[in-house]
Amino acid sequence: MADDSDVPAASGNGGGTAVALSRKDFQSDQEVRWCPGCGDYSILSAMQLALPEIGVRPEKLVFVSGIGCAARFPYYMNTYGVHGIHGRAPAIATGIALARPDLDVWVISGDGDSLSIGGNHLLHALRRNIGVKIIMFNNQIYGLTKGQYSPTSEVGKITKSSPFGSLDHPFNPLSVALGAEATFVARTHDMDRKHMVETIKRANDHDGAAFVEVYQNCNVFNDEAFAGITAKEVRDDMLIQLEHGQPIRFGAERQRGVVLNEFGECEIVDVADVGEERLLVHDETRDDPALAFSLSRLADQPTTPTPIGVFRAIQRPTYETLVQNQLMAASERQGPGDLAALIGSGATWEIE
Amino acid sequence: MTAESPPITKAETIDGVVIRFAGDSGDGMQLTGDRFTDVSAAFGNDLATLPNFPAEIRAPAGTIAGVSSFQVHISDHDILTPGDEPSVLVAMNPAALKANIAEVPPGATILVNEDAFDERALKKVGYEANPLDDGSLASYRVIQVPMTTLTLESTKELGVKPRDAERSKNFFALGLISWMYTRPVEPTVEWIGERFANRPQVRDANLAAFKAGLHFGETAELMEAPFEVLPAKLEPGRYRNITGNLALAYGLLAASDKAKLPIVYASYPITPASDILHELSKHKSFGVRTLQAEDEIAAASIAIGAAFAGHLGVTATSGPGVDLKSEALGLAVSLELPMVLVDVQRGGPSTGLPTKTEQSDLLLAMYGRHGEAPLPIVAAQSPSHCFDAVFEGVRIALKYRTPVIVLTDGYLANGAEPWKLPDLDALPDISVPFATEPNHGDDFWPYLRDPATLARPWAIPGTPGLMHRIGGLEKEEGTGNVNYDPENHEFMCRIRAAKVAGIAQDIAPVEVDDPDDGGAELLVVGWGSTWGAILEATRRARTRGKRVAHVQLMHLNPFPPNLGEVLARYPKVLVPEMNLGQLSKLLRSEYLAPATSLNKLQGVPFTASEIETKILEMIDG
Repeated sequence: MADDSDVPAASGNGGGTAVALSRKDFQSDQEVRWCPGCGDYSILSAMQLALPEIGVRPEKLVFVSGIGCAARFPYYMNTYGVHGIHGRAPAIATGIALARPDLDVWVISGDGDSLSIGGNHLLHALRRNIGVKIIMFNNQIYGLTKGQYSPTSEVGKITKSSPFGSLDHPFNPLSVALGAEATFVARTHDMDRKHMVETIKRANDHDGAAFVEVYQNCNVFNDEAFAGITAKEVRDDMLIQLEHGQPIRFGAERQRGVVLNEFGECEIVDVADVGEERLLVHDETRDDPALAFSLSRLADQPTTPTPIGVFRAIQRPTYETLVQNQLMAASERQGPGDLAALIGSGATWEIE
Repeated sequence: MTAESPPITKAETIDGVVIRFAGDSGDGMQLTGDRFTDVSAAFGNDLATLPNFPAEIRAPAGTIAGVSSFQVHISDHDILTPGDEPSVLVAMNPAALKANIAEVPPGATILVNEDAFDERALKKVGYEANPLDDGSLASYRVIQVPMTTLTLESTKELGVKPRDAERSKNFFALGLISWMYTRPVEPTVEWIGERFANRPQVRDANLAAFKAGLHFGETAELMEAPFEVLPAKLEPGRYRNITGNLALAYGLLAASDKAKLPIVYASYPITPASDILHELSKHKSFGVRTLQAEDEIAAASIAIGAAFAGHLGVTATSGPGVDLKSEALGLAVSLELPMVLVDVQRGGPSTGLPTKTEQSDLLLAMYGRHGEAPLPIVAAQSPSHCFDAVFEGVRIALKYRTPVIVLTDGYLANGAEPWKLPDLDALPDISVPFATEPNHGDDFWPYLRDPATLARPWAIPGTPGLMHRIGGLEKEEGTGNVNYDPENHEFMCRIRAAKVAGIAQDIAPVEVDDPDDGGAELLVVGWGSTWGAILEATRRARTRGKRVAHVQLMHLNPFPPNLGEVLARYPKVLVPEMNLGQLSKLLRSEYLAPATSLNKLQGVPFTASEIETKILEMIDG
């Protein structure tokens, strides 16, 4: 990322003399207060493992959050951080990234924060392609308010606020992000640290807005919501690892795969039935989001084989770059702003 | 094009005139009024304007609801208001006449486009007989001019379609009024040439209509002689004409310069604040980043983000937008970050009167957040004063790390007046230092306050060693860590309030306009855009021998340090406001002041005479 700021430069950011940082350098002195066993812990440690590998200085990082369990995340990071208001983290982060393209800005959010109260801000941050990385912890439940159904809960979910079953059809978060013109869309889960670290690094490397959905277990209010696909013993058969340029296959024997049917929808097949050459080759760089969208629809709920990894990663100028370009073009065209000339422009007259 | 020579008839000199241009919202009355204003400003008159238009972009033609008007008061001496009532009404159709006639005093001149007074148009607004014929206008001096016909005639040679040519009739009216009041001709000719440069036919038609109006005045012997309003003797200096929204945008640029911080201006389009966004978005060479946000909430949140990152975060809106931003304001109060919110007030509640002025957001600004969430409030009192008010708002926001609300209103935003260009070099440096070092041993404590201002340090991302996390949860004083202790919470509520209250020591004591030096029988206390009308009213009352004092508040939270003492000096206190008594409520609760409230909620400002009447009633009554 460009570093054109006039603030004190971080010592050795990317330079040869830098002392390598470790996980500890990104841990704040605050006691982590999530419920024991919460999936949030593994996301926090994946982030604190990924950042030293990325090689960014703590002072160059800003973590922004809204409200919810996930939103406590910034307090635990030894970086700059803002714990904002419910749903507005993408907007606060937009203000930071717009002002300071030299910073790495991350948004930590949950399914309620991102897709319910903050839906609008998520959509617009993604379509603007502002350089913020949005990590959405999806646990399909409202945890901090003690267990109401969320915008990603399955229909019929029995909760305190839906004793007869919820009626609201859930969002598919990746489909929403793709519909919002996101340039980077990925999914990972809290039971596979390596995959999560890799996904975080991919999001970091993306130039522009990134959206990462993390399947995260809430062991208090929605335990094992993803166990049917993320548990070690079922993972091979239930998680479809997307790899750019590779035919999409999964299963312990890699015996199953994904093809496109006559309607352009993704379908799971036995490789033996169709032949390897018919398998869909994953291409995260396709400009048209249709393929990524099809993949995002492959699993309706985390109960059937579900793709994880990077669905889409395309290049589009970032918002802050376009803004900088306009500022520079204006300065080149008009010279630096001359306020006295501006306010004295138009018809003026002198009174003696 | 050749320069027009001024009319040869000798003009009669008058000290001022109030003209109201009125027509359909598609008739170009705002443009006509603006032109007349600009020419008069450049000529050196003092002036004040009152644009008044419907919320609909094109309200149904020929209806009362669709009438758009522009009142301008020009004078050879300093004036304070757009005038109580027009001495000249230009009515382009029956609807314009009907909508305005009640406010036109007997003896005034009414200039009508008689072509528009056909049976259908009369019927549309409920005139059973033509008021031009039935004697109902006998107490006025009515000048009937077939403006449409003459406009078509004057543009015939140009090959313009009659339908298009007819649209130039506002320039005919402008030409005629320009002759009647001896306005310089050349600036308008030049302006038409530039404005319509890309549409030569429209340009030529407008020019032809304008000149036809001028010549018609000169040759038709409508009156014995034109009038002349000489330049006003204002304070020496260079002047320009300015509206409130433009002055506010310039004030932000000046504040950015003096704070040495680039502006991030995020805003959602809303009447009557959008022009600030339009203006600032032109000035990228000043480093201004403007963002048209997805909604009001995002706009405020973006300003907070920019402030955290070390820029000048600003957002502007009108009442409905303030409702939506109140949560973000609360966050900014808790984060103790500098941020400026401009509220260009309009008629409420809800969507209310989008294009009409009101002052009914004072208590919203003061109290419209949950919890104990005080913030400073600054109000502008005239169009050009918007420059000073927003500059002061930025100064306070930066120095005390607090959100500040700057209140203007629709009348200030769109109204215009001459403005003596400020000496930019004389504006104070309002920059504040960022934190660069740990402030507690080797640690950085984000809530370790400056004992003098109670402001916390502003450490921006990118600064090594000062990483910190702040949020909307209650924080421990000093460390800024999340803290739920009962005593700490009360302490934090009190210290945030004390910080805002302490700003009173950093603002000028309020100046009392009282020729009797404390001896007046009545004190009039105003805030915001009532300034001109109150000042004019007190001047008039004094010419009748009344002893009346006046205070106009720019700082509404905290109040100026001497306000209580000033209020205590006077036996009677009058508070005129375009609301149902919001400031008077504050004065009563804060100072137990015997405030009498004078209210107006009609979408238009007070006239001086409305306030004068109340002053006389309170003194004599």
